[in-house]
Amino acid sequence: MADPVLSLRDLDVRFNSDGHQLRVVNGVGFDLMAGQTLGLVGESGCGKSVTSLAIMRLLASPPAEIAGGEVIFENRDLLKLSKREMRELRGGRMGMIFQEPMTSLNPVYTCGSQIIESLRRHSGLTGKAARERAIELLETVRLPSPEKRVDDYPHQLSGGQRQRVMIALALANDPTVLIADEPTTALDVTIQAQILDLLRDLQERTGTAVLLITHDLGVVAETCQAVVVMYAGTVVERGDVSSIFADPQHPYTVGLMAAVPRMDAIQGRLTAIPGSVPPPWERVVGCRFAPRCPLADDRCRNERPALREIAPGHEIACWKAPIEGVSATGGQS
Amino acid sequence: MIETILNRILVSIPVLFGVLFLGFALVQLAPGDPARVQAGPTAPPEVVEQIRAEMGLDQPVIVQFGKYMERLAHGDLGRSLISNKSVTSELAAAIVPTIELMVASLFWSIPLGIAMGTLAAVWRGSLFDRFIMAISVAGVSLPIFFICLILIQFLGVKFPLFPFIGRGGPLWTMEGLRHIALPALSLGLIFIGPVSRMTRSSVLEVLRLDHVRTARAKGLPERQVILRHGLRNALIPVVTLVGLQIGYLLGGAVVTETIFSYPGIGRLAVGAILSSDFPLTQGTILALAVGFILVNLIVDILYTQLDPRAQKT
Repeated sequence: MADPVLSLRDLDVRFNSDGHQLRVVNGVGFDLMAGQTLGLVGESGCGKSVTSLAIMRLLASPPAEIAGGEVIFENRDLLKLSKREMRELRGGRMGMIFQEPMTSLNPVYTCGSQIIESLRRHSGLTGKAARERAIELLETVRLPSPEKRVDDYPHQLSGGQRQRVMIALALANDPTVLIADEPTTALDVTIQAQILDLLRDLQERTGTAVLLITHDLGVVAETCQAVVVMYAGTVVERGDVSSIFADPQHPYTVGLMAAVPRMDAIQGRLTAIPGSVPPPWERVVGCRFAPRCPLADDRCRNERPALREIAPGHEIACWKAPIEGVSATGGQS
Repeated sequence: MIETILNRILVSIPVLFGVLFLGFALVQLAPGDPARVQAGPTAPPEVVEQIRAEMGLDQPVIVQFGKYMERLAHGDLGRSLISNKSVTSELAAAIVPTIELMVASLFWSIPLGIAMGTLAAVWRGSLFDRFIMAISVAGVSLPIFFICLILIQFLGVKFPLFPFIGRGGPLWTMEGLRHIALPALSLGLIFIGPVSRMTRSSVLEVLRLDHVRTARAKGLPERQVILRHGLRNALIPVVTLVGLQIGYLLGGAVVTETIFSYPGIGRLAVGAILSSDFPLTQGTILALAVGFILVNLIVDILYTQLDPRAQKT
């Protein structure tokens, strides 16, 4: 397999508030390969957005503090770069799309001028050339009549159209890595599908590696080649999509999959994982999922499991793995 | 755009009418007798009554107001009872100094207030921030006459840097500038407080928004993020505030002009009211109301320029 374009090693992010230290991201690591789409999944508050913002070094500090680890991009540790070096990368070889298309564009500038701003910054394009490139980009993201839309303000566009503009903006300078933080969460389902199609298409065409952050396993199954499952700030399972979907091993992943509503089965209530994510200020000695895990025993509660390989390309942080008799559809039995 | 402006002007007409009527009624209620002023302090009561009838002051207020509006429609504001000059010429002479004073005080206080507020927001919690906020609280809470007196005491008397009586000439002359310095400084000072506070909170609010994060994700330098994506958006509420504050500034000008014997509309108004100079009082009310409406019109136009969402699409 190709070399990773982006590698996270033991990333630790803390939030300092009122003298308390909240460990929001705890030893997270994964490799994003060239041309790959990697899904980072987990429920709300598991630290996936914080991880993505930490990679771009967009976390406001204070209160956030990157306490340790490495983010290797192009053989350099991003966490050690100066602010100026980091700005060169942001919007240039690293693009980012955010969750809220409605508020992520500046309402007082036209869509075109916001793209041009980035082109001028990184590609040195100005005047007519920049404008033409902006129109071209809007065409690439399949915005209808781009030569007119380029002069529209964000409020004149719908949510899906704005997200297309955001994608155009993120791709403006042909990035090597594109981080998409829940790009479809705020959109309705049909638009979601269109945007995901677009992302997949663009990814195939440009070969950009995509880190897709989502809580939607359906999205992952459709778009990603590899998955990292996060729970309460830690990675609990990672591997390629086929092995994880065919044979989920961590009880949390199993629970997540069971919670996905299915078209082919008649269900009464939706399946849910009992309990809730431990708050980051709670000190957990053992496995963080143990309080909600149906298989947990004393070892789980007292010793934290590390990631270990259970099959080629499939790693899991659980004492119980490999588990027999656990399937995605049946929940725990 | 032109449609919007015409619309605004049409809407302003009833406002102006209301202000004039209220002003008219208030002047009627005020102590002092214009007929007595006109006749002189020693005139016998019959003469005063005769003059009252001549001036139409014996008729009901509503009739008087109707007659006033009729003359106003012909561009006739009447004559000053004291100087016997036409009110129009009195106003014309006073309006330029007042506009000069407005311009001179806004010219330094708005940019400075916005700059102070922005820096305070960027360096929130720093010593600079606290210093700026302390100054602005002082600016908001000190009465204007007190600021005027302090400035006269220190910059006029103790260290006689600037003259503090009258107007030295047009603004573009050296004497004009020297004379306008203290009044413009004191008027501007009451302005800086609200402007810098508003800018600070508005910038703080905008810098938390998602589009600022997008700007950072583009790799823009921090200065550009703050000025282009923070301050530019933050100015929208500041402009509204400035528009409203200019109304207070007109009021502040009355005090400032009086203290510095500065020959503007404000001092003209005070003189007219104190001497029961009925037509002149009404004239100054008209001038101030028109000024206020004009300023608000300008603010509305600026607003649509700053915020594309406010334009009709």
